[in-house]
Amino acid sequence: MRSKISRRAFLKGSFTAVGSVAVSSSVVQAAASLAKEETEPLVTLIDISKCIGCEECVYACREANAAKYPAPEKPFPKMFPKRVPVQDWSDKKEETDRLTPYNWLFIQPATAMVNGEELELNIPRRCMHCENPPCVKLCPWGAAKQEPNGLSRIDADICLGGSKCNAVCPWDVPQRQTGVGLYLDLLPSLAGNGAMYKCDRCYQKLERGETPACIEACPENVQTIGPRSKMIEKAHALAKETQGYIYGETENGGTHTLYVSPVPFDQLILETGKGRPAMDEVENMMADGSNLARAMLIAPIAGAAAAFGKFYKRVKEED
Amino acid sequence: MSSDHKIRKIVYGITLFFIALTGFAQMPIFKRYYIADIPGLGWLAQFYVTHAMHYIFASILIALCVYGVLDFVLSKKGFSKVTATGGIKAALIIGLVVSGGLMVVKNLSGFYFSQPLIYVMDIGHIGLCMALLMVSAYALVKKKTWVK
Repeated sequence: MRSKISRRAFLKGSFTAVGSVAVSSSVVQAAASLAKEETEPLVTLIDISKCIGCEECVYACREANAAKYPAPEKPFPKMFPKRVPVQDWSDKKEETDRLTPYNWLFIQPATAMVNGEELELNIPRRCMHCENPPCVKLCPWGAAKQEPNGLSRIDADICLGGSKCNAVCPWDVPQRQTGVGLYLDLLPSLAGNGAMYKCDRCYQKLERGETPACIEACPENVQTIGPRSKMIEKAHALAKETQGYIYGETENGGTHTLYVSPVPFDQLILETGKGRPAMDEVENMMADGSNLARAMLIAPIAGAAAAFGKFYKRVKEED
Repeated sequence: MSSDHKIRKIVYGITLFFIALTGFAQMPIFKRYYIADIPGLGWLAQFYVTHAMHYIFASILIALCVYGVLDFVLSKKGFSKVTATGGIKAALIIGLVVSGGLMVVKNLSGFYFSQPLIYVMDIGHIGLCMALLMVSAYALVKKKTWVK
C-alpha cells in the first residue's frame, strides 16, 4: 500500500526538524553576537602577609564611593508580611568591621598557629568578583551586570532589594538597605525591600583607566591588579616564593580576586557571620546550571527523533 | 482522543505547571509569603534547586514543542486548522523559548550582556509567561482546543 504521507509533507517535516534544531543553535549564536567582544578580565592579587590592617583601603573605598551610598527615606513603608526584615544601616554608617551598604570593604583579622606560635594576619575582604557571578546571573530583575573586565555590580536604581543575590553568593557579600530604590515606587509593602550594595571595583575609575581606590590608597602595596593570566602567574610565583597558599583561583569556579596567604586557608581562624565572609572551600555554584544548559541542546533533537519515530511507525503500518 | 494525544496533554500540563512554579521561584517570594514554610515545599526557597528544575522542565518543553510541531506537520493537518488561541499560545511559547534560551546563554561563564538587554529579557520572559498562563486558563475554561 502506498504511504499517505506525501514527499512534500515529509520534506516539510524535515525542514521543520532542522529548523527547530537550528533555532536552538542560532539562539546561542545570537547570544554570542550580543555579548561584547571578549577581553581578558582584570584580577586583583592580595598578598595577605603584607597587610598591616591600617584600613587606608577601607576609608579610600568609602570616599570614592560615598556618592553611591543609599540615602533612605524614613519612615520606611510598613512591610507585609511582618516577617520581612527591615535592614537599616543608615544610623551605623561608621561601622568598618564588616560589610554593610555603607562599607564595601573591611579588614578581617585572622589568626593561625605556625610552628607553635600564633600568627596574626589582616585580610581585606570585599566582593570576590566571580568569573561566573551567581549574584548577576541569578538576579530575577536584571539589576546586576558583569562587565568584560571581570567586575560585577548592582544597579541600586533598578534593584528591588529582594536579597536573592546575598542568598546565592557563596560569601553572602551584597548587603541590603531598606527604604531606598525602585520598590518605593511600585508596591513598597508587598514586594521588594530596598536595594543591595557591594563593591563595584570602582568601575568608573576603571573606565577612566585609573586604579580602584583601595589599591591606590594602600601604603603597603598589598593589592595589585592586572590581566587574569598574568595575575595567576604572579600569584603562583608569590606562593612558590613564600611557600604560601592561594584562595580564589578555583573557588566558585574561579574568581577575579586572588589571595596569597603564608598559611593554609583552612587553618585560618576568622570571625565569620553576617557581613563577615568565611574563606572555606567553595564549589562552583553555577556548575549544575551550566551542565544542564549544555544538555538542553539535546532537547530539540530528542523531540524530532520522537516525532520521526512516530511518523516512521505510521508509514510502516500503512505499508 | 488518541493515547499519544492524552500523554502529550498530560506531559504538557505537568511541564507548564512546574516550569511556571520554578520560574516564579526565581523571585524571592515563596519564603516571604510563607509558601516555602508549608511542609514539603521548602525547596521552593532554594534558588539553586529551582534553577536546575527550571532548566530540566525547559528541556522537556523544548522537546515537546519540537515533537508537537513536527508531528503536526507530518500528519498534514495544515496550519489553517490552528485556532486563534492555539496560535497565540504557540507564539507565546516561541517567545518564551527564545527569551529563555538567551537567558540560559547569559548565565554561562564568559557571556557579558548589556544591562538593558538583561532587563528586557527578564521582564519579557516573565511577561510572556504571565500571558501564556492567562491564555491557557482562558482556553481551559472555554474549552478552546489548539486545532479545529
